[in-house]
Amino acid sequence: MSDKPERFIDDEGLRLDGRRVDEIRPMKVEMGVLSRADGSCYLEWGNNKVLAAVYGPRELHPRRMQKPNEVLVRYKYNMASFSVEDRIRPGPSRRSTEISKVSGEAFEPVVMTQYYPGAVIDVFAEVLQADAGTRTAAINAATLALADAGIPMKGLVSACAVGKVDGQLVLDLNKPEDNYGQADLPVAMTQDGEITLLQMDGHLTPEELEEGLEMVKKGCQQILEIQREALVSRYGNEDEEGEEAEEESPEEVPEPEEEEDEERDNSFDNEESEAENSDENDVTEEDEGEEDERQ
Amino acid sequence: MSGSEVISRLKRDYIYNLMLKGEREDGRQFNELRDIALETGIIDKAEGSAMVQYGDTQVMVGVKMQVGTPFPDSPTEGVIITNMELNPIASPDFEAGPPREKAIEMARIVDRGIRESGAIDINKLCITEGEEVWMVFIDVHVLNNSGNILDAASLGAIAALMTTTVPSEREGKGEDYPMPVREMPVGISLVKIGDEMVLDPTYGEESVCETRITISSNQDGSICSMQKSGSGSLTPAQVVKASKIAKEKGEIIREKYLLEI
Repeated sequence: MSDKPERFIDDEGLRLDGRRVDEIRPMKVEMGVLSRADGSCYLEWGNNKVLAAVYGPRELHPRRMQKPNEVLVRYKYNMASFSVEDRIRPGPSRRSTEISKVSGEAFEPVVMTQYYPGAVIDVFAEVLQADAGTRTAAINAATLALADAGIPMKGLVSACAVGKVDGQLVLDLNKPEDNYGQADLPVAMTQDGEITLLQMDGHLTPEELEEGLEMVKKGCQQILEIQREALVSRYGNEDEEGEEAEEESPEEVPEPEEEEDEERDNSFDNEESEAENSDENDVTEEDEGEEDERQ
Repeated sequence: MSGSEVISRLKRDYIYNLMLKGEREDGRQFNELRDIALETGIIDKAEGSAMVQYGDTQVMVGVKMQVGTPFPDSPTEGVIITNMELNPIASPDFEAGPPREKAIEMARIVDRGIRESGAIDINKLCITEGEEVWMVFIDVHVLNNSGNILDAASLGAIAALMTTTVPSEREGKGEDYPMPVREMPVGISLVKIGDEMVLDPTYGEESVCETRITISSNQDGSICSMQKSGSGSLTPAQVVKASKIAKEKGEIIREKYLLEI
């Protein structure tokens, strides 16, 4: 971990990683990366690498947890022990328990829970590499995994953080800003601008809060665009999007005459999956390079 | 949310419909607090303690301290650990056993209020750099859950800390000294009904309103921690409105109860 930088924003208004204050880190998404899950999504955001998988709707055990009129959305946020500098002990911590709870609640307003009463939809968000903003990254991936699983939703959820460094509000904190900044305000929003997750720690004046919420809304809108593009590129043109998203678990049953994308899910095609792997490797190297530069 | 199984549908409907009309089951205004009572120094064996009542809600907070080793990345800083027990004597829907997600979340919200406001000068809790520091255990014991245990716990935590004496003599580490408290954060929770935000919810109100926001504010009116909890959503305007109420009511509570100590 690097020491506290003297300044976070230079005279030209650029941050340590070269971004402007209202700019988010580059984000890459790929849906349908896990063949066994009903829906999945791999997401890279700056140096964060996050994998989300959705299983269900499926039967809920123990039965006393079943909800008679709606489906239970269960969210598990987990950090891989190797995802951070100092190894973290595997298994749930108090931090991850809290994040799981509030992140699950971030989806409750959008998931149409009246379908599948008594069942459960399990969302697993796995942080493979952490670099500030993992809960928001996980939520962004989980939304797409839910869509990929064909879970009926009223809309997508997009998440982003706003924070304060050098007394100035900045969008999407990077690691040094997160570690040494003055405030961190992660937010998740529906596409209508309803806040479904909100946490904050640090120091904000009431004016900064108002301004920060404005700023984070714009961040979430940018992310929503990226998520939309990912959906469209996977499930055809925008008109078809709704139709496809409502289709139930396309991965489960290999239907022969469906479009090309379907084939990829089943990973029968070795060449294809190899190609995917090498793609991922490239990305890894690239990102590590970036990190070196910065430090 | 919490007590959905314990409160009858009839009562829930009653409370809900009342709130839609702008009224509350105990006759309060939406922005009115219940009667608060605060007593400190109630447990002699603890280094600091407080008992808080918000209406019928009763929460006890005890502070215990031990000598421990600092974290490697902060060799001069004392350690704060906040825990919350949802004791089964406090409500029919609390069960015995280790804290679950609800208790963990609330403990962490109380903890963030204390930690992020810088209420305790943790550098003054260092005994020998890199080797020995004071560990502060803030234990919240809920005795009767009649709603809004979170705000009662926040108030109890800061009040208990303000009356805490660092037990140096007992541990052979020099002279006793008062806990270095330099800020008084107050946590305020509101629940959402329609477009309205309702302050200091009762147990019944909590069970019909699914979205809660808790905001801790400092003496200078700034915000040090926030958390939305529950299955609903909030608009940015509601968050801003809630923050204003939290600041205003926080000031009142601070003046009336904490500055007295």
